Amino acid sequence: MLRYTLRRLLGAIPTLFLVVVLAFLLVHAAPGGPFDDERALPDEIEANIAAAYHLDEPLPMQFVRYLKGVVQGDFGPSYSYRDYTVGELIGRSFPISLRLGILAMLLATAVGVSLGIVAALRKNSPVDTLVMGFAMTGISIPVFVIAPVLVLLFAVKLQWLPASWTGGEGGSRLLLPVLSLALPQVAYVARLTRASMIEVLASDFIRTARAQGLGTAAIVRYHALKPAMLPVLSYMGPAVAAVLTGSVVVEEIFGIPGLGQLFVRGSLNRDYTLVLGIVIFYAALIVMLNLAVDLLYAAIDPRIRRR
Amino acid sequence: MKPIRLLLPILVLFAAAPITLPGCGDRGSREESPSGVPVLNRGLSTEPESLDPQKSRSVQAADVLRDIGEGLVSYDAAGELVPGTAESWEISNSGLTYTFRIRPDARWSNGDPVTADDFVYGLRRLVDPATAAFYAAELGNVVNAADIIAGRRSPDELGVAASDDHTLVISLVRPTPYLLSLLTHPSTFPVHRGSIRQHGDAFARAGNLLSNGAYVLVDWEQGAVIELHRNEHYWNDAETSIDVVRHHVVTQEMAEFNRYRAGELHITSTVPPDNFEQIRADFAEELHIHPTLGVYYYGFNLTRPPFADNPELRQALSMAIDREVLVEAITGRGEAPAYSWVTPGVDNYDPVRLPYTELSQQERNAIAQSLYRKAGYSRESPLRFELRYNTSDTQQRIALAVQAMWRKVLGAEAQLVNVEFRVLLDQMREREVTQVFRSSWFGDYNDANTFLAIMQSDSAANMPGYSNPEYDELMQSAGQQLDLDRRRLYLEEAERVLLADHVVIPLYFYVSKHLVKAEVKGWQDNILNYHYSQRLSLGAAEPDGRP
Repeated sequence: MLRYTLRRLLGAIPTLFLVVVLAFLLVHAAPGGPFDDERALPDEIEANIAAAYHLDEPLPMQFVRYLKGVVQGDFGPSYSYRDYTVGELIGRSFPISLRLGILAMLLATAVGVSLGIVAALRKNSPVDTLVMGFAMTGISIPVFVIAPVLVLLFAVKLQWLPASWTGGEGGSRLLLPVLSLALPQVAYVARLTRASMIEVLASDFIRTARAQGLGTAAIVRYHALKPAMLPVLSYMGPAVAAVLTGSVVVEEIFGIPGLGQLFVRGSLNRDYTLVLGIVIFYAALIVMLNLAVDLLYAAIDPRIRRR
Repeated sequence: MKPIRLLLPILVLFAAAPITLPGCGDRGSREESPSGVPVLNRGLSTEPESLDPQKSRSVQAADVLRDIGEGLVSYDAAGELVPGTAESWEISNSGLTYTFRIRPDARWSNGDPVTADDFVYGLRRLVDPATAAFYAAELGNVVNAADIIAGRRSPDELGVAASDDHTLVISLVRPTPYLLSLLTHPSTFPVHRGSIRQHGDAFARAGNLLSNGAYVLVDWEQGAVIELHRNEHYWNDAETSIDVVRHHVVTQEMAEFNRYRAGELHITSTVPPDNFEQIRADFAEELHIHPTLGVYYYGFNLTRPPFADNPELRQALSMAIDREVLVEAITGRGEAPAYSWVTPGVDNYDPVRLPYTELSQQERNAIAQSLYRKAGYSRESPLRFELRYNTSDTQQRIALAVQAMWRKVLGAEAQLVNVEFRVLLDQMREREVTQVFRSSWFGDYNDANTFLAIMQSDSAANMPGYSNPEYDELMQSAGQQLDLDRRRLYLEEAERVLLADHVVIPLYFYVSKHLVKAEVKGWQDNILNYHYSQRLSLGAAEPDGRP
């Protein structure tokens, strides 16, 4: 297992290098520069700024300079936050996205799996229809609709919860963003769980278990749940990565200082170093999460472990 | 590992996670901020790129910096110039030497005295190429500034000197009647030499940044909030009423409005365009709309066909636009139709207007049609060109309306092309693909020069590529005038030339739009849209919600 993990980690290095190269070329290919403005600058001042950020060097030299920094863990200074480095900005915003993401995924898993199981056990009953109807609604309504509706209801009308990150303290300010982030995920997880649970419940070993006289609760708990979780688990890897790197929309609406908001701001401002830094960070995160999911797979399914 | 065990404690974890997850607790400072003291919550539409007075650039950074630092000169709540860190000044008869007397009781937030040398240091830092300051060119009229910016002289040679601790002398190469207005701008704020020596590039961060103004920077949570506390060493601290000011970064207009309604903000930075009429009805007492120093315009690329050397065609397009309809039906937030380049209401200036302003829209259309035909176009062989604008709902709505007006009045076919903002900036400067483009200009100080100077042929912000020797000469002459009335005549004549050439189509003048809670006292609308927190106070009415 350890050798497997190490091999996977080493294999990630060329992948990450490729990401760096592609991302570097792409951000520099976007028209416009980080310091463009309607208030265009006189040539001398533009030259001074370009020199200060090494933007006057040829692109290959800039790339080598950047790569050297990245290898040493230095992602360079941000252009859109001129007093801070990219490392500091990611270091400050990621924990916030992380907390938000973990809470949203925990909520989504707990509720989604429970709903999925209930629907699978009562297949084609009104309960099933109701749960799946709810799931379809959750998938269909985009976050940028859910979030403002939640704000209007709970913050503006009822005034129970803060409308924004800076409008409250502690857990209360997390509730609405976590709900908005979790709702679509609940729906996905519920549908996946239902589908795979129905499949598992129809298999031979479940019939054997029933023949042995086990009750439904025991069958689900000891026999069906584990195999039914496999598809859900493979969905969780990328979903966690996506939620962790910040749901941009939720962060914008609630004013949460997370990674997603930083990424959008960086892109719009052509903040080359900030965008590159977040892309590399994101890529590394996906590699790690995929590895984690594969290891979890092995833990749950002995057949995979043996291979 | 049994997955069932994963599920059971999830709800417990969910409840406990906010407390137990490490490294993501609330920032300490907000809890430290004294409870029960007046806190002012303001919306900020874009996050500042820096709070380094010389390195920052955006209007929003300047808004925050005006709370933190103070220039030689300042503005009162009504937008009138008042003494700042300088208690008085004298201007030589030639208009070329300004002598400022620094207040003896001016202090930095660590208690150090603010000296003339701190201003010298700040101004040198502004023009030093190593600082790479965006606003360096604003000091262009100071002796040697242009050479220093271009790297031909050392920053020490800047025409700014401290003759003693409390006397600062600024020497100019040409009269600059708007110098006092410039010296309110954060880029001209003093800098504490010792603090740069100690912290280097990090001197402008929360905890490091020393201030000489009413507030001191306590915390900056990027993407969320900038928190300021009262600076007890400020010379005029007795007049400061609000102890804590929080500038909340809210990029979405609707989100900001909701936060205002939820009681989380006292002042919004803007008002959302949707349902504006409803907002006007519901918040009549709290809504503040006021003209400001900004013009929204369509520019012509004067270096390419069909608009190069074709002023009559440009005039036809300009006259065919019904600006009244635009501001009433499309923008609808109190904007004024624009018939000039310089916004009305700037100091020392009599508004100049497009010659056809007095005509009715029907009369304008008739003239536009004949000019259009004269230029060789007709409904049968219409003029076809591209109108480029940056992607946004407002720009799109305006472009659609203008496109329809051009089609209806002239039969001209404008193809709408929307591109992302920075792409448009790039294309405007290249002048290779643009024909007609959308842009805007906001004045940096209260003087017509801030608008007219950018249309000189050597200006970097001259997006149309306008070059008229007569215009440049008038601007040169205006720059030499000491007498404000004579200078004004030159500037007005220059604008007349500019308007007659139909270089741009001014569409409307921007307005500032704020919602201000009733308990905020001392708020006065002004053309600069500057609202120093130190000049505000919170009245008896409690904020109707959380702090």
